[in-house]
Amino acid sequence: MLSVDRVAGAALAVVALFVLWESRTLPLGSLANPGPAYMPVVLALLLLVGGIAIAAVGGQTPPFSSLAFPEWRHALAIFLACAFAALALERLGYRLTVTLVLLFLLGVVERKRPVATIVFAAAFASGTYFLFDTLLRVPLPRGPFGI
Amino acid sequence: MLETLHNLAVGFSVALSPPVLLYAFVGCVIGTLVGVLPGVGPLAGISLLLPATFGMDATRAIVMLAGIYYGAMYGGSTTSILMRIPGEAASVMTCIDGYAMARKGRAGAALAIAAVGSYVAGSVSVIGLMLLAPPLAAFALRFGPPEYFALLLFGLLVLAYMSSGSMLKSLAMAALGLLLGMVGIDQMSGYFRFAYGIVELGDGLGVVPVAVGLFGVAEILATAGQPVPPKVIEPRLRELLPSRTEWRQSVGPIGRGTVLGFLVGIIPGSAHIISSFVSYALEKKLSKHPEEFGHGAVAGVAGPESANNSATSGAFVPMLALGVPSGPIPAVMLAAMMVHGVSPGPLLIRQQPELFWGFIASMYVGNVVLLILNLPLVGIFVNLLRVPYPYLYPAILTFSILGVYAVNGSVVDVWIMLVMGVLGYVLRKLDFETAPIVLGVVLAPMIELALR
Repeated sequence: MLSVDRVAGAALAVVALFVLWESRTLPLGSLANPGPAYMPVVLALLLLVGGIAIAAVGGQTPPFSSLAFPEWRHALAIFLACAFAALALERLGYRLTVTLVLLFLLGVVERKRPVATIVFAAAFASGTYFLFDTLLRVPLPRGPFGI
Repeated sequence: MLETLHNLAVGFSVALSPPVLLYAFVGCVIGTLVGVLPGVGPLAGISLLLPATFGMDATRAIVMLAGIYYGAMYGGSTTSILMRIPGEAASVMTCIDGYAMARKGRAGAALAIAAVGSYVAGSVSVIGLMLLAPPLAAFALRFGPPEYFALLLFGLLVLAYMSSGSMLKSLAMAALGLLLGMVGIDQMSGYFRFAYGIVELGDGLGVVPVAVGLFGVAEILATAGQPVPPKVIEPRLRELLPSRTEWRQSVGPIGRGTVLGFLVGIIPGSAHIISSFVSYALEKKLSKHPEEFGHGAVAGVAGPESANNSATSGAFVPMLALGVPSGPIPAVMLAAMMVHGVSPGPLLIRQQPELFWGFIASMYVGNVVLLILNLPLVGIFVNLLRVPYPYLYPAILTFSILGVYAVNGSVVDVWIMLVMGVLGYVLRKLDFETAPIVLGVVLAPMIELALR
C-alpha cells in the first residue's frame, strides 16, 4: 500500500540520491582530511538511510490518497502572490508591489468589498514603508518615478 | 557572589537607561502581540523584526528581540484561555484547563494565575541564568574543535529525541537541515557547493528566510481559507483576582514549573514547548484529584505557563555561555546577535560584560513590564483577535516578505522563503517536524568547521 510515510521516505531518499549525484564534482577528501564534498556525502547517506527506514516502517500510516488539501486554492493563490512579489519587488518598488499583492489577496481571493480592499492595501503599503524605510531606516526598494 | 551582584548592578544601570528600557518595553508589547495572534510564533516574530533592529546598537537590539521571545510566552496564554486557540505551540496545554476555567466563569482568575506564574518563573529563572552562564562559559574556554563537534552533534540528537513526533523523522529532518546548511561557499576550500550559479547563494541559506518560510508562510498556506475562529470569552476586570483557594492550588505548580522549565530549557530541543507538556504531566501525576485535569484544574494552567516562561531563560544558558543554540528560537537569536557583531560564546561575558549583564537585567525589567501588560491590558490584546483572518494573513504575509527582503536587500531570500514555505506546508501534511531543519541550517557550518 502507498502510505504517507512510504511516499515521504521515498521522497527523502530521492533528495539524498540527488545530493550524492551533485557531490560527484567536488573533492571528497578522507576522514583525516575531509574535502568540500565530505560532509554533504555523509549527510546524504544518512538521509538516504533515514528515508529508506521511514519508508520501511511506515506501512501502517494512512494511505497517501487520504491526504486532504481542502485549502489548495487559497494556498496556490498565496504562493502566486508571493512569487509575484519576489519578481516585482525590485522592479516596481515596495509600495506598488505590496499594494498589488494585497489588492489581489483581498479583492480576488477573499472577495472583500472594493473600497475596503483599496483603502487597506494603500494604507498598509504606505504605512509599513513609512515605518520601516523612513522611521527605522531599513532601505526598501523604490520603483518607477521613485514610488 | 559579590562580583555577580556588582555585575548585576552594572547590568541594571544599562537596562534602566531610558533607551534600553524603551526597547525592552517595545519588545514585550510586540512579543505579547506575537503570542496573542495565532500563526505568528516567537520564531517568525523575531525573524521578521530583525531588520527593524539594524539601526540600533547591539544591546538595544538584543534586549528588544529577547523581549519578543518571552513576551510571546506570556501572550500565548491569552488566546488559549479565552478562545481555546494556542497563540503559539507552548500554550497548547493551557488550552485544556485554561479554557475549561473560562467556561466556568473563571477566565480572569486563569489569566491572572498564568500571568503571575509566568512572572515568578521568568524572574526566578533569570537568577539561574545569571548564576549558571558565567561558570559554564569559563569552563567552555577549554573546549577545542572535537569537544564542540560532540556538543553540536549532541544538541541535534537530543532535539530529535525530544521532538513530539517520530524520532526517525526528526533525525531525517535534522540531516536535511544540515544538508541545506551546506549550500554556499565552503569556508575551507572556497568551492561553491549546490549554488547553481546563483551568486547570492554563496553565503549560504540565511536562517531568517528558512525560519520565516518553514514557520510563517507554511502556517499561512495551511490555514488560509479555513472558517472563522471560535468565539472569544471576554473576562471582566473585577474577575481578575483569583480566590484564596486558587492561589493556594497554584503555588506548588508554579514552583515546580519554574525549576522544571529551567532545566528542560538548558537541554537542546524546543524547550518551551516540551517543558509545558512535561509540567502538565507532572502536575497531573502529583495531584490528589487528577480527574479534575481537563475540567478546569488550576494546576493545569499554573504549571505549564510557569514552565514555558522559565524555559526561555534556560534556553539562553547554552546560547550565551557556549555559543550553541539549543533550539530554533535561540538559533535565530544567535543569528541576530551575529548580525549585530556580537559573538555569543565563552568570551562574550569577559569581552562585553555590559551587554551580557544589561541583557540579564533587562529580563528582570521585562518580566515586570509583561506582568503589567498582561493583566490590565488583556482586553486590548483580545480585541486584536477580532481582526478578520482574511485581513490578518495578507498583512502577516507582507511583513514576512518585507522582513526577509530587508535582511540582505536580496530578492533571492524571498524566493528561499517561498520555497521553504511550500516545503514546510508539505512536511506538515506528511506529519514531519520542521524545527530540526532550522537548527540544522544554523549548526551546519559550525559542525563542518569543527569536524575538519
